Amino acid sequence: MTQSHRIPGRGLIDRSQPLNFTFDGVMYQGYQGDTLASALLANGVRLMGRSFKYHRPRGVLTAGSEEPNALVEVFENGQHTPNTRATMAELYGGMVARSQNRWPSLGLDVMAVNDLLSPFFSAGFYYKTFMWPRAFWEKLYEPAIRRAAGLGRLDRRHDEAAYEKAFAHCDLLVIGAGPTGLMAAMAAAQAGADVILADEGSALGGRILADQPEIGDMPGLTWLETMRTDLAAMPNVRIMTRTTVTGAYDDGTFGALERVGLHLADPGDLPRECFWRIHARRAILAAGALERPIAHRDNDRPGVMLASGLRAYVSRWGVNPGKVVLFSNNDSGLATARALTGMGIDVSYVDPRPIPVTEEFPVYAEARVIATQGRKGLKSVDIQHRGGTSRVEARTLALSGGWNPSVHLACHLNGRPQWDETIAAFVPRSDMVPGMIVAGAARGTFSTGACLQDGLEAAQASLTALGIRKKPRLGVPVAEAAPYRIAPVWAVEGDGRAWLDFANDVTVKDVKLSAQEGFQSVEHMKRYTTQGMAPDQGKSSNVAALAVLADATGQGIAATGTTTYRPPFVPVSIAAMGAGGRGTGFAPQRFLTSDAQSRAMGAPMIEAGLWYRPSYFPRAGEKDWRDAAEREAVMVRGAVGVCDVSTLGKIDVQGKDAGRFLDFLYTNTMSTLPVGKVRYGLMLREDGFVMDDGTCARLGPDHFLVTTTTAAAGQVMRHMDFVQQAFCADCDVRTISVTEGWAQFAIAGPKAREVLATLGDAPDLPFMGCAPMTVAGIAGRLFRISFSGEQGYEVAVPTRYGKDLFARLVTAAESLEGCAYGMEALNILRVEKGFITHAEIHGRTTADDVGLGKMVSAKKDCIGKAASQRPGLSEDRQQLVGLMPVNQGETLSAGAHLYNERDPATRVHDQGYVTSVAPSPTLGTWLGLGFVVNGRARHGEVIRLDDGLRKRQVLVEIVDPVFFDPEGGRMRD
Amino acid sequence: MRLPCPCCGSRDRREFTYYGAAEFLNRPAPDAGDAAWDDYLHNRDNPAGETRDLWYHDPCATWMEVTRNTVTHEVLKARALAGGVK
Repeated sequence: MTQSHRIPGRGLIDRSQPLNFTFDGVMYQGYQGDTLASALLANGVRLMGRSFKYHRPRGVLTAGSEEPNALVEVFENGQHTPNTRATMAELYGGMVARSQNRWPSLGLDVMAVNDLLSPFFSAGFYYKTFMWPRAFWEKLYEPAIRRAAGLGRLDRRHDEAAYEKAFAHCDLLVIGAGPTGLMAAMAAAQAGADVILADEGSALGGRILADQPEIGDMPGLTWLETMRTDLAAMPNVRIMTRTTVTGAYDDGTFGALERVGLHLADPGDLPRECFWRIHARRAILAAGALERPIAHRDNDRPGVMLASGLRAYVSRWGVNPGKVVLFSNNDSGLATARALTGMGIDVSYVDPRPIPVTEEFPVYAEARVIATQGRKGLKSVDIQHRGGTSRVEARTLALSGGWNPSVHLACHLNGRPQWDETIAAFVPRSDMVPGMIVAGAARGTFSTGACLQDGLEAAQASLTALGIRKKPRLGVPVAEAAPYRIAPVWAVEGDGRAWLDFANDVTVKDVKLSAQEGFQSVEHMKRYTTQGMAPDQGKSSNVAALAVLADATGQGIAATGTTTYRPPFVPVSIAAMGAGGRGTGFAPQRFLTSDAQSRAMGAPMIEAGLWYRPSYFPRAGEKDWRDAAEREAVMVRGAVGVCDVSTLGKIDVQGKDAGRFLDFLYTNTMSTLPVGKVRYGLMLREDGFVMDDGTCARLGPDHFLVTTTTAAAGQVMRHMDFVQQAFCADCDVRTISVTEGWAQFAIAGPKAREVLATLGDAPDLPFMGCAPMTVAGIAGRLFRISFSGEQGYEVAVPTRYGKDLFARLVTAAESLEGCAYGMEALNILRVEKGFITHAEIHGRTTADDVGLGKMVSAKKDCIGKAASQRPGLSEDRQQLVGLMPVNQGETLSAGAHLYNERDPATRVHDQGYVTSVAPSPTLGTWLGLGFVVNGRARHGEVIRLDDGLRKRQVLVEIVDPVFFDPEGGRMRD
Repeated sequence: MRLPCPCCGSRDRREFTYYGAAEFLNRPAPDAGDAAWDDYLHNRDNPAGETRDLWYHDPCATWMEVTRNTVTHEVLKARALAGGVK
């Protein structure tokens, strides 16, 4: 299809690169350099969407990221992205876009019936109209309203596209690359500052691209190209186009969204978007200003747009708007009328001010637009003027109600802008964001000349603050510096509906109704009318809305104030903020040296913290985890098993005072431990509850190696550092985590020594002994400790030998009728022995609760000792017990609660709960560990296990938690 | 948010672990009595304004006391508990 509305020769588009695209299934052509919006306009398409509530036909209002109307769905790789602003979607060959919020089509939308019913949909309608009958809300009203309203539809699938997040640091972040930002960046860069220049446009220049003013006695575009080339050549400048700075946060931190691959037909490996966190020592906000429309009857038809948007479409994209009526209350609108006329556009100018009528185009002074016609596209405009009312034919109505400085980022730390009567706009106060200077149009300095000057001054002030003495070379080029004059007009009086917030369908009447019904604070009005709550956050409408509110309440604009400005400045996809965090990217994965072999042996892996550990090693004929785990447990008790225990935290503690330090850290005494011995240790939190347990091996007089549980390794390391630095800073002791330095394997069972012998000369260790050991020529360590209740060793080698050692151990064990065993068998073995894990020491149990009260030494202080002796931690506590089903075949379940046999399963009758269960092949029954009120005195009692989730009730006998080999002979001998 | 680690300089808040009010440094004597221990363990002020709290810089294992303002979010100073680099 031809580009029927393109002006020959005009625009910054590359006519040598035509691009085909489709919108609602129709094929169109645009050029490289177009946005979807400009390309549609160039093809004569004005109708781009339907409004939120009334389904009114809408066209594009702006040429920027503040666009409220032209929201479309863009398709990529079989997925679609809703609510894409056509003004920000850069055209590429093959782009597929679709309008949204209409059915069956954009031209014929049956939901437009809402428009006829509009008297029922005024502000707060859902609080009034659908109140009764009450039951109808959830079943009927809400679903119906939700179907009718809302904008784009989510793609129901996971977003499989690539996103990134990244960090950047700089001396000076310049936000916005218009005249102000370019000057600021160049000046700071010349002085040697490390500068990031970020702009949300696809090219540097800001309004220079659209307004094309003279700068430094040359065309603005020429000046811009020189600046761009020079900046790009400077090593201390990073130019970030397509990057919207979305939020200002504490301590010079900014969020920014970069559109990396969105504008490319074939992005290759590029992500769609990248979310940046930029830390800047100083910042200059040069984000410019956003034009605002004027509310008048039917000011929302396709073909109505902002004067600044129109100027951009004509001069930057060569769009022919047809006959134009331009309604403006300020000099920038008048300047646009002159510029458009200069480009050959037929313009009629309407201004409520008594301006002189001495232009080359028709001027209606002291006049206003009072109505428009044209259902799916503007046809004519009614102008009320001194001589009466005229109906003027027009294809485009351009509105300019003045400019709002883009103060958003300056207000993100809860600063409030102040009202400036002379420009009828809110401007920032100084130092709203520490370290940030607002410059140029963003602080209400509108002329090009003044912006250039302001940019230089902001850079100079920033350089001083940065302590950079070198001065920039450049001077301020000559440019237009006319004063900006405006006579505020927010809404034209008259019948009918005059739109303020196009995105959320809020009219002047709605805001007045809000005031009338008592919602007079600007924050209340916002929530009652939904003004400013659409994706555009009311960028082009909030100020006019609060001006109408101020008029209705008589409070005045300054006293009415603004709503709170919050990040993000533009919508940020969750996918960009959470880049890399999907699936396995959610958390780091830690793999054992035995990982590959375990998986090759068919072991399902289970997460333990960030680690992946084998659950069990299935063999042929085993039908489920239980078959495998029970066989492994039997083999450990009968022959031998090997298990990778490298996930346990290992902390190396050295220094003359290491023993004394550990005495303070653990409840029991470690300083008396002889070299070559290992002791079980218990660690409390300062509030008296158990933090962790583990072993403490004395490798030398001043050298200990302590182990922690897998889950608490990080916490214990942090705790040790705290205790050392806060309370033992005078101790000669140093600690470091060596968890990843050593691969460690448990060898357990009556044949453990035989397996050990295959590795070399093993030292003959007593139970709880440790010694260096040369393992196949490698310097390793041997510990005689047991978590299975069998004769047990743990052998450690530097991590790089772990894979090989595991392979040797499995081979040796298998040759002795043993096996590798996983977490399930490990659990069976330790439950049989009543050994605790974090299922038992879960943060609410004391040393006495788990039966280890005697481990709190009376002879010394330790962390948590004082609090462990407080009243309330001693009487009627729930104590660790063993649980066995009265009927041997019955299954126990962890998490179930315990009740006296005849009591109902209610909270007041709760006697305790089950923490761990396991099927014991050795004892031929399920076993459980749990806590029961005064449980140690109740051995032999029968109690009811009640699992409400699984509807399971089992009578269990309270027994000693050590079910198997209570004397411990098997592991000692 | 950024914090000045006495060992590494200004770093992003994500590198730190928060621990609580700096009162935790004033550990009572073992025999100070239940009231003193109860106060130490459980009672904290919630000041609007200057506050001191404990942070751990995970990469360098430095525990520090940070003085900051809960109203303005200003970070005023930070000192290593052990008086220097670990």
